[in-house]
Amino acid sequence: MRLTVDGQSFDIDADPEMPLLWALRDLMGKTGPKFGCGIAACGACTVHVDGQPVRSCSLPVGQVTGVVTTIESIGSDGKLHPVQQAWLEEQVAQCGYCQAGQIMSAVALLDEVADPTDADIDNAMGGNLCRCGTYPKIRAAIKRAAVLKTAGI
Amino acid sequence: MTMASVGKIARRTFLIGAAAIAGGVAVGYYYYRKPYPNPLEGDLAAGEATFNPYVKIGADNTITIVAPRAEMGQGISTTLAAMVAEELDVGLDRIKVEHGPASYAYYNATILEEGGPFAFFDESMTAQAMRAGMGVVGKLLAFQATGGSTSTRDGFDEMRQAGAAARQMLVAAAAQRLGIAAAELETADGRVLHKASGKSVTYGAVAAAAAAMAPPADIRLKDKADWKLLGKPQKRIDMLAKVTGAPIFGIDVTLPDMLYGTVKMSPRFWAKPVKADLSKAEKMPGVIRIVPIETNYGHGFGIVAENTWAAFKAAEAIDAEWADPEYPLDSAAISDVLKQALGTKGSEMRDDGDVDTAFADAPRERIVEADYAVPYLAHATMEPMNATARLKDGILDIWCGNQAPTLVRQLCANAVGIEQDKVSVHTTFMGGGFGRRVEVDYALCAALMAQETAGRPIKVVWTREEDMRHDAYRPASVGKFQARLGDDGMPVAIDMAIASPSMIASTLRRLFPSISPLGPDKSIVDGAHNQPYTIPNYRVTGAAAPVSIPVGSWRSVGSSINGFFHEGFLDEIAVAGKTDPVELRKKLMAAYPAAVKVVEKVAEMAKWGEALPAGKAKGMAFTLSFGSWVGEVVQVADTPAGLLIEKVWIAADVGTALDPGIIEAQLISAAIYGLSAAMGQEITFADGMVEQSNFHDYDAMRIFQCPAFEVAILENFHKMGGVGEVGTPPAAPALANAIFALTGKRIRTLPLSKEVAFA
Repeated sequence: MRLTVDGQSFDIDADPEMPLLWALRDLMGKTGPKFGCGIAACGACTVHVDGQPVRSCSLPVGQVTGVVTTIESIGSDGKLHPVQQAWLEEQVAQCGYCQAGQIMSAVALLDEVADPTDADIDNAMGGNLCRCGTYPKIRAAIKRAAVLKTAGI
Repeated sequence: MTMASVGKIARRTFLIGAAAIAGGVAVGYYYYRKPYPNPLEGDLAAGEATFNPYVKIGADNTITIVAPRAEMGQGISTTLAAMVAEELDVGLDRIKVEHGPASYAYYNATILEEGGPFAFFDESMTAQAMRAGMGVVGKLLAFQATGGSTSTRDGFDEMRQAGAAARQMLVAAAAQRLGIAAAELETADGRVLHKASGKSVTYGAVAAAAAAMAPPADIRLKDKADWKLLGKPQKRIDMLAKVTGAPIFGIDVTLPDMLYGTVKMSPRFWAKPVKADLSKAEKMPGVIRIVPIETNYGHGFGIVAENTWAAFKAAEAIDAEWADPEYPLDSAAISDVLKQALGTKGSEMRDDGDVDTAFADAPRERIVEADYAVPYLAHATMEPMNATARLKDGILDIWCGNQAPTLVRQLCANAVGIEQDKVSVHTTFMGGGFGRRVEVDYALCAALMAQETAGRPIKVVWTREEDMRHDAYRPASVGKFQARLGDDGMPVAIDMAIASPSMIASTLRRLFPSISPLGPDKSIVDGAHNQPYTIPNYRVTGAAAPVSIPVGSWRSVGSSINGFFHEGFLDEIAVAGKTDPVELRKKLMAAYPAAVKVVEKVAEMAKWGEALPAGKAKGMAFTLSFGSWVGEVVQVADTPAGLLIEKVWIAADVGTALDPGIIEAQLISAAIYGLSAAMGQEITFADGMVEQSNFHDYDAMRIFQCPAFEVAILENFHKMGGVGEVGTPPAAPALANAIFALTGKRIRTLPLSKEVAFA
């Protein structure tokens, strides 16, 4: 089975029913996406397939036809993605375990809506659970990221 | 003395009893008295020198600070590093921070101090003497541990002194090198400099010479006014790793030739398999073998596989029947046992005045009575339990997030039958802790499975379902409360009886089954018996209920239960006595100015007393826990989508605020943790098994439910308080009290979702 992940091509020998998450973590060494629930209920495993956010814990790897992007490749040229930069500036993370998924959902949101409202944020981020309760800072960071991204920073 | 013999002595001392242990605990400032060897000495890089268990400096001026408490999101690695860096005169941007090895050198003494039956504000001779000794909790957690919101309090003196001692030694060495008197030298940014001549040397250049010197007998600490890092918000040292998906968690550990695994433990606690058919699971692709697991946590199977998914699938395919449980089968029967325990004579943990007499002649209309109950709760950390272990050539290495590395080392050594000095614990960051990783079950499972892999490392990851169903839960608890009001509506007498399974007894059974619990379990009444209220007749009684479902520390422990009980009941007293809830508390806590100021502050922030539009209301609560005084006001609104928590105001007196940014984040985090539980969480039982399994039936607050927060940090009290847990206890009662103010419905049983629908 051939997959393109973070701009790199991987040949893996996997049960097609294996969730993309475990193929990424155990077979491709991509530990950025996290395991949280296995039933698409917490969002910690969020990655992009052809730019769309998906819960990789519940997507069989055999069904993946597009290009996979994880938290590990959203920055470019040694620079953080504006969403990561905003997360850093707002000091969002506490334990940090859910944040890879939060950031991937936020990146997808800002690709869709340049200047999201609170309601847009609620809709896009409702599937990403955070047990540390960093939501107020996540909201602030998304708004900051929107500004950074629009300014081309 | 070698590490091995220190380990043996400490273990033996631990088992002998409190008197012997107290001698070890009294030792605080070991870096100059050196009762323990410096654990960094054996593992230095070329050119690296160590000054004490907290500081290493390389010849290239790489400065490494050891922050030996577990980072589970609370920001402790940043604040502990700042304590050392402050005195060492270096910025956080030019240091490396490590957790360091498991070592008794990193003893947590503070975690013991509040184990006695005294309130935090009790500074009597007896209470202080007790703090210097130890209680049952202390006995258990006397080793290197992160918990009880103690890390900053415990580290505050010794870590600053570690930085200051190293700095003084570096200055002394630089004085020799430069031929200039030490008194004329200054330090800044990792250098020692002589302003007059412009001469300077880096710390690294004199580190080896400095580390060889005798530690100073007289350590001078900076005045608070001269702090550059402490008292100011710092950028967290772990933030970049956490926004880039770096492999920092236990679940990310990847080793050459590593196998993968999971566990399937008995869904009935302590029950053994009656029969099990492993044949189908064993034949599944990617499965290497299935092995029985027996620990003090229970019985089950470990699946060794080529990848995690194969292990998960095989675990599902195991067909096992489990023995009957030793505890009541379902929640209703468990609740009956708790209620029966309420009728037994409990331990009086507070007994002011003469409660029985005060109630004897009370007219009916002056009596307020209420029955309260809270459910079992799971921790549900974002990162499911996991650990990686390798047992090769008689040496066991364990990689995992944990809150007690010396405990992990000791119990894993016992489990595989080797000496502790043959075990290395590599503590990673944790994807949440909240008390769950005080337990060691995940490490024991990995250690036992590592015996079956011929020396190959194995990463053992639990499914969310396994994690949810095999926790050491926050215990369920019930309370029966009575108050007698005076003519002015103020309480003349309060009688609170509380019954709950004992967390101490349960924890001992798992960790040290040979030790019997001694004395009453303070955690049953913690947060109710030790609040800063003066009521002439005031009794709080705790009874242990015999239900053996495993229970343990859940963020704020007993205060998570009793904050709700006490503050909900106080709100009822205010309503019955026609007193404003804020005014009632201010009058009752008049003898404790720090408490009054907290309540005044939070009321002022929330504009308490100003009229709200129809469909909105506020509730308030106050809890003193872990040495910090915290008041919270919650505002709720009735919306077409359901009840919405609009805003939360928090005022907290932490004595000394070492990092206001991290403290604010922790207060909000802890309030959300408490609100999440109050809104909808409960662990229930049927057929002896936990009914919930994943986030679809045990959810937590989501971003669209999250209120706005406003936080004030006060520093009025003269002792430093904890931070990580103290925002949790007032959250549930403030919310329930707000719901009463909005709807007139008094909800005395959690979760609130049984009675109201949240947006």
